[in-house]
Amino acid sequence: MTSTAGSTEPTRTPAGRAEVPDRIRRFSRAERLVHRSTGLLMLLCVASAACLYLGPLAQLVGRRYLVVTVHEWSGIALPLPFLLGLLSPDFRADLRRLNRFAPYDRQWLRAARRRLNSVRDRPAGKFNAGQKIYAGWIAGAVLVMMFTGLLMWFMGLLPSISRTSAIFVHDFLAWALVGVLAGHVRKAYQDPGTAPGMRTGFVSRGWAKRHHPRWVDELDELARLDAPGAPAAPAPRPPSDPGAPGRRDTFGDAQPRA
Amino acid sequence: MADREKGTPEGPPVGRRALLGMLGLGAAGLAAAPTLQRGWDSFLAAASQEDPTGLSALLPNPGGFRYYSVVGSVPHRSEADYTLRITGLVRKPMTLRLPDLRAMPQTRVVHDVQCTDGWRVPNTPFAGVKLSDLLDEAGVRPQGKALRFTCFDGAYSENLTLEQARRPDMLVALQMQDKPISHAHGGPVRLYAAPMYFYKSAKWLSGISVTDEVVPGYWEERGYDIDGWLDGADKNSGGQG
Repeated sequence: MTSTAGSTEPTRTPAGRAEVPDRIRRFSRAERLVHRSTGLLMLLCVASAACLYLGPLAQLVGRRYLVVTVHEWSGIALPLPFLLGLLSPDFRADLRRLNRFAPYDRQWLRAARRRLNSVRDRPAGKFNAGQKIYAGWIAGAVLVMMFTGLLMWFMGLLPSISRTSAIFVHDFLAWALVGVLAGHVRKAYQDPGTAPGMRTGFVSRGWAKRHHPRWVDELDELARLDAPGAPAAPAPRPPSDPGAPGRRDTFGDAQPRA
Repeated sequence: MADREKGTPEGPPVGRRALLGMLGLGAAGLAAAPTLQRGWDSFLAAASQEDPTGLSALLPNPGGFRYYSVVGSVPHRSEADYTLRITGLVRKPMTLRLPDLRAMPQTRVVHDVQCTDGWRVPNTPFAGVKLSDLLDEAGVRPQGKALRFTCFDGAYSENLTLEQARRPDMLVALQMQDKPISHAHGGPVRLYAAPMYFYKSAKWLSGISVTDEVVPGYWEERGYDIDGWLDGADKNSGGQG
């Protein structure tokens, strides 16, 4: 019985109650592939842009036609992993989660504005409010970059928009994107549990509790409902006690278990 | 597995709104770009005046040149080894060194430099030998209709029709901004085709060949216009000379 969203192995306490295990599955293989290939294309796109745009790099690298070609095609290919990802139900489900704002997401945003960082102040489901806005914004920004990029690539595609205007928007948005992407990477490495979550697809229960408490609650509830003979109402969970016999596996906080 | 439906998220579609908002912002940016650009250009002109760090050159559309080269590395040519060869349909093929070029009448042209990639350097002085003077010296044969320019980077090439080349604002330039042209800017000698987009102004000029037809240059083989006239360029007169 491994179908519990987010679990790899059945985890039963001796009492017979199901619990979400210590390692929680956060992203499927398809989702990680989408992320990895999008990230790689984005890296190519940004690196080639830097070689075209920044004087010292341009002098070092030269080969303008080659770099332009790399930039154009990595840019054009950028949405492809996303489109292929739509074939995956896991990916589509996560897109729905990213799209919808729960009431507690507003609380998260307020806390972020006031620089409050405790778990209590920052409730979040599988994705927090910042990730939701980031996802929508960067999707729009990539589309604008593609559109203005195509206008520069195929001169005279839309004669009503001058190439200079397209370049103006492309250049400014490029800097905004670089800033936002830097923030995305910084966030990914702020907590050592975050980047491995995307790399391996698994996060520890402790990490999930810290960053996405409502998601853990949701998984726990599903686990209970899936367990045979589950009580109608969820029993209050015993306090976390890593030392208690038989509970280590389910409550150990961030124990690395490859 | 109806239980799983519990996980179906509800609430306002903020992600979609962020996406559409960004698309709207992009469209508004395109519509307002001409106005915004004028303001931004004047801000940059002011900012680069008092910018000891040089960081303003990183800003979009910096008020300066950007370095373009189509090859990995460009050899350096100096006083000792620079030559400009004039060949093809001419009565007197020539090989000119820097002192030879300096000994000829010098012409100074002040014009805006405009790249197809949007950057622009206003009122930039270039000085050197008028192409028409060089052509007179070499003597173009009657079959000659166009010029093909080649460069010592080993890859770049450009062209002009004979009629274009005889304008007084077409230079074989030795100086830019009243200083010898640096290697990064295409020195020691580059073409300066003032009324045209800057890709026509071949850097690292090493050869001029008179041909009986226009031979497309490096970027023109890759989709650029053969005639790189700037918008609003006076195509018939000779510019301000």
